[in-house]
Amino acid sequence: MADKIYRVNMTTLTTSVEAVPAAWAGHGGRGLTSTIVAAEVEPTCHPLGAKNKLVIAPGLLSGTVAANSGRLSIGAKSPLTGTIKEANAGGTAAQLLARAGCKALIIEGLPKGDAWYSLALTPEGVTIQEESELIGKGNFAVVETLGKRFTEKLGVLTIGQAGEMRMRAANISIKDPDGGLRSCGRGGLGAVMGSKKIKFITVNPKDGKVAIANPEKFKEANKAFSKALVDHPVSQALGQYGTNVLVNIINESGGLPTKNFTGGQFAGHESISGETMHDTISQRGGKVKHNCHAGCVIQCSQIYNDAGGKKLTSGFEYESIWAMGADCCVDNLDHIALADKLMDDIGIDTIETSVAMGVAMEAGVLPFGDGLGICRILEEEVAKGTTLGRIIGNGAGSVGIAFGITRVPVVKNQAIPAYDPRAIKGIGITYATSTQGADHTMGYTIATNILSVGGKVDPLTNVGQVELSRNLQIATAAIDSTGMCLFIAFAALDNAACLPALIDLINARYGLSLTGDDVVNLGKYILKTERAFNTAAGFTAADDRLPEFFYTEPLPPHNVTFDFKGEEIDTFWNF
Amino acid sequence: MQITVKLFAFFRENRFKVEEREIDEATTIGDIVDQLAISREEVGVLMLNSRHTDFAVRPAPGDILAIFPVIGGG
Ligand code: SF4
Repeated sequence: MADKIYRVNMTTLTTSVEAVPAAWAGHGGRGLTSTIVAAEVEPTCHPLGAKNKLVIAPGLLSGTVAANSGRLSIGAKSPLTGTIKEANAGGTAAQLLARAGCKALIIEGLPKGDAWYSLALTPEGVTIQEESELIGKGNFAVVETLGKRFTEKLGVLTIGQAGEMRMRAANISIKDPDGGLRSCGRGGLGAVMGSKKIKFITVNPKDGKVAIANPEKFKEANKAFSKALVDHPVSQALGQYGTNVLVNIINESGGLPTKNFTGGQFAGHESISGETMHDTISQRGGKVKHNCHAGCVIQCSQIYNDAGGKKLTSGFEYESIWAMGADCCVDNLDHIALADKLMDDIGIDTIETSVAMGVAMEAGVLPFGDGLGICRILEEEVAKGTTLGRIIGNGAGSVGIAFGITRVPVVKNQAIPAYDPRAIKGIGITYATSTQGADHTMGYTIATNILSVGGKVDPLTNVGQVELSRNLQIATAAIDSTGMCLFIAFAALDNAACLPALIDLINARYGLSLTGDDVVNLGKYILKTERAFNTAAGFTAADDRLPEFFYTEPLPPHNVTFDFKGEEIDTFWNF
Repeated sequence: MQITVKLFAFFRENRFKVEEREIDEATTIGDIVDQLAISREEVGVLMLNSRHTDFAVRPAPGDILAIFPVIGGG
């Protein structure tokens, strides 16, 4: 079955299935969402208006048995940053979309009335239904209700109250195999889905299968690829401690942003660390290892139970724990877990919202360390859309404006995640130059700056950082197109067999003969396509900078500032 | 002289989280790792007073040494 483009027009409430244009054929995941957004969305349009489009695309290898290939990309013009945006996540939807024969789902237009809708995608096409029962409900109610409403196992993409209210930190959640949620978190894509009045999308591939051009070669390549992943020690530590293993090492390095980015070490780091979390999960009968989709051989996810042994949250990530923990000075992991669950339910980005809480704490809205206060604000203000709830739900930048705060850690209005760019300078280059606002995953220099994976570059000097960030951003753009979870990158950086095996997989799937150079060129093409969109939307080099306080306020314990000149940052684009 | 040694992740199993340790001036970080029966191959990152360091370095009195296995996340 040849892959197709599925198109939904919410203005006319019509749908169509189209052949894939030749120019899109070699793309998947982020490469495809960014190509389509760049081709079809007016860069200056209002992100919540009729001209924006939501583009959903599985990766090139999604739907196959290739290890860790279940990543789904969602793109649009971002309401948070005003730039082009791609956010990706696991869950089951990518695999099911690919098996349904969907190369991309493009949702355009805006409905006229007040009605809400759902979409159902099958190999035959997409149908649009009116929805009333689940409007105003959180994501867990959606997943649970749909589990009863339909007997088949469906992929589900859903928005919570935050998306319905078009908050700029709203995410799109994807159901995982156990009814948990994974989130396309960053950039407010949930608000775009909400603007189009779509509460949820179901995916049913029926008996659809992904065609493999060369099954023998594919099998062989997958064996080599899985082995490279499983053998890498980082993969093993990720299974045991989850991504939260990073709290202690980033704290030790002096780069753990603490108390709204006023310090680089958190006194309570041990109580929120991956080591403590691992022991707590084991004691309470949770699950240390868990996969966000079938076929993951790393299993960085987990199930975290409360003190009574009942599931509290899953997919409990370092970024979320840092943001509510160190950045808001909360040293109680149970409070953080509860807030994590609430944010999953409301459908709001845990990084953006927690950093916004940190700024609100500096403004005196609630005291630093008040974990239960965060939970109360989430439930009573954000979920209900009160004025304060909307200010926080629109992100850290919005809180800074509302309360007149200058220490607002955002780039292109997107909150800076869990690594301080003063003490870990490579990641500062990534934050500044990323086509999508501050985002560590765009070019994860932490691997080389801190973890000594893929070589070593001293985090505290400026030497080599621009080049490091450039190489990683190019590679990441390509990996984000394959449908692979980014955690394959640790093996890819260190093990010479990993990347060739990945390219072999793509070649065997599509009957191609791509080389390593083609993959690098793909990454460069994606970055340039995204940047051209941003330029046409009005962004300039002046936007590729960090907020002023990073240049003027030294960060303890190293007492360092971010001291790159603008011209140095701009050399990032010399490729 | 005394230094502080901190261990992380599975290096803590059957060892300790943090310990004050008596060493002499000739002792290198590599020697300390060997004394702890940690295989040098398994060591991912060494930090001395929050700066990256290596096996050949000799700690000074009062230094804080942090020893991590190969780990990652994001
Ligand atoms: S490593 Fe983690 S994020 Fe990646 S596929 Fe596995 S569970 Fe999902």
